[in-house]
Amino acid sequence: MPIPLTPLHGQPMHRRPTDRLALAAAILTVLLVGFAGAALAETPEEKGRAIAEEADRRDLGFEDSYAELKMVLSNKQGESSTRELRVQTLEVPAREIGDKSLIVFDHPRDIEGTAFLSFTKILEPDDQWLYLPALKRVKRISSANKSGPFVGSEFAYEDMLSQEVDKYDYRWLRDEACGEITCFVVERTPLYENSGYARQVVWIDQQEYRAQRVDFYDRKDSLLKTLTFGGYNRYLDQYWRADDWYMENHQTGKTTRLTFGNWEFRLGLDDNDLDPNRLKRLR
Amino acid sequence: MRGGRFKGAAAAPLAALLGVFCLAAPQTAQAQEEEPLIDWSTLDFSGYVAGETRIFPQSPRYDQQKNTRVSPSLVLQPELRYRWNRRDDRVTFVPFLRLDADDENRSHADIRELSWYHAGDDWDTVLGISKVFWGVAESRHLIDIVNQTDLVESPDQEDKLGQPMANLNLLRDWGTLSFFVLPGFRERSFPDDDARLRGALPIASGDATYDSSAEQWHVDFALRYSHSFDNWDVGAAHFHGTSREPALLPAVSDNGQPVLRPHYDLIDQTSLDVQYTTGPWLLKFEGMTRSGQDNRFFAAVGGFEYTLFGVAESDADLGLLAEYLHDGRGDRTPQTPFEDDLFLGTRLTLNDVEDTTLLAGVILDLDQEERVFSVEFERRLNDSLNLEIEGQVYDNIDDNDLLSGFARDSFVEIRLSWFF
Repeated sequence: MPIPLTPLHGQPMHRRPTDRLALAAAILTVLLVGFAGAALAETPEEKGRAIAEEADRRDLGFEDSYAELKMVLSNKQGESSTRELRVQTLEVPAREIGDKSLIVFDHPRDIEGTAFLSFTKILEPDDQWLYLPALKRVKRISSANKSGPFVGSEFAYEDMLSQEVDKYDYRWLRDEACGEITCFVVERTPLYENSGYARQVVWIDQQEYRAQRVDFYDRKDSLLKTLTFGGYNRYLDQYWRADDWYMENHQTGKTTRLTFGNWEFRLGLDDNDLDPNRLKRLR
Repeated sequence: MRGGRFKGAAAAPLAALLGVFCLAAPQTAQAQEEEPLIDWSTLDFSGYVAGETRIFPQSPRYDQQKNTRVSPSLVLQPELRYRWNRRDDRVTFVPFLRLDADDENRSHADIRELSWYHAGDDWDTVLGISKVFWGVAESRHLIDIVNQTDLVESPDQEDKLGQPMANLNLLRDWGTLSFFVLPGFRERSFPDDDARLRGALPIASGDATYDSSAEQWHVDFALRYSHSFDNWDVGAAHFHGTSREPALLPAVSDNGQPVLRPHYDLIDQTSLDVQYTTGPWLLKFEGMTRSGQDNRFFAAVGGFEYTLFGVAESDADLGLLAEYLHDGRGDRTPQTPFEDDLFLGTRLTLNDVEDTTLLAGVILDLDQEERVFSVEFERRLNDSLNLEIEGQVYDNIDDNDLLSGFARDSFVEIRLSWFF
């Protein structure tokens, strides 16, 4: 059956003035979204990178943060176990160096006081230390373990560490509705070594440039995991943080939920607070 | 790993938890309120109770020893922590108690920790009884000298007695400088004469002799510089004081039996520890030189740990370890079995919810063909229960060797710990 070239009520489909109006509206929308350059970029790659850079720019200047989080690991059978952690992050403003973060375990009790310190790099391997409280021993550990599970959870080490712009190549795919809002959908490909992912697809909302969802594709490029962010709050009138991170592994049926709370910013942390020599003094 | 419980997240006011270290932080409204002298809600009480049993497949070697085959033991380690001043000040109290069914000396109590810690901006101090670990190697903790070994706990020398100290650490851009004043020496503990794992001759541990006229009240000093930069973690240290290792000198007991009497020399020990980390490789070296016991001598342990991540398409990591051990000490120095040895080991980490780990290794004596196998397995059973299984096998031990007393004491130890 041939496709009719005109709608049923006989009106031609396009008229030039409407086209111009549509174009004007589109340009206006772009201007309203801000001079991120994202929408004005010429290629999907440039546009994708511009979106990532804008998201990064909006998060600059938080200086340092502290949060407590609960991690609930569940398997297909519904059995679950819980971890409790504290996370401190020290912002390193220089683009060529990543942030520093310190994770201290409070629960389960047998690993209480165990601490994990990480100096994130961009493409170089990160520096990572582990503190074992029973032995009072600080050990530098290999950071080649990017894709391994973080303490048995569905989060890999690379999912937990700070997401620096230059760790990925980007490609804008499309814009689409995500819940009540509209999102950029951007594909990013890890440039650092030992990633467990061929690529990730990230949904970033157009109003506030917050990650809403990430799809992770394994090295064979099949969908492995989906991470969904919820419970966003704004701090210091600028910095958005999600209190609910839900990671679902489609291949195993296992899930991990992170629930953040007690956020604090600008505590005045410095390099001395995130120093391997301070790890033995955390409890 | 043994730890305790942190209830602060639920019980403590936010102010006590914020910023584990920061002084310069803006005070929260809560912290500005008048605080009671002791805020009991921030007092942490935790710890563990462990039941364990050692199984010895063979009968003991010496007539004096009881024919112990299954040896139960009970351990209690409560931990009290009180923090104030936004966690910059902390008092920690960790007493330790073991009750052993068969070894009178192994039934013992110790204060593992009773200290006040204060963090300044780029410095911190520890006052009281505490524990310090130095080193990078796995097969032998050669340079770890601050704390005395609690030998009745385990022949692997991993357990330590609490050490009284005044410690100041200066954290600088160019590294960390640590000063230690160590008043009060702890004698090494030894298994009883009728117990397993006791050694070839009974030890008259009550009659120890000292180089220093102040005996165990000689004040020791230690200084350490440590720094992490690029791929390097380095430490250099010097210790002056009473040797933690006793020389065991032949003597005769009151009833005319041959015994070994511990003698503690005054020594100077200078050490260096280095780890270079690149990709899946950890390259490790520990070396030290010591004077004060016979002639000055040099000892070192060095090697690597290489990890295969996600082995066989699983989440598990498999580590391969190899270390060479050298020790050039003379005959009139406290003896060591590690004069010319090779350690080969493997570490399996399942990265599962239960944190299952397995460490298995062997130390090969390159001169005498002796072999000591060791296995450590650990797995969490639930939120408060932990299972550990350890084994040591002494194989091909020569009658004249230092380890000859252990020749028939290969054992398996099963421990169940309940954390509260």
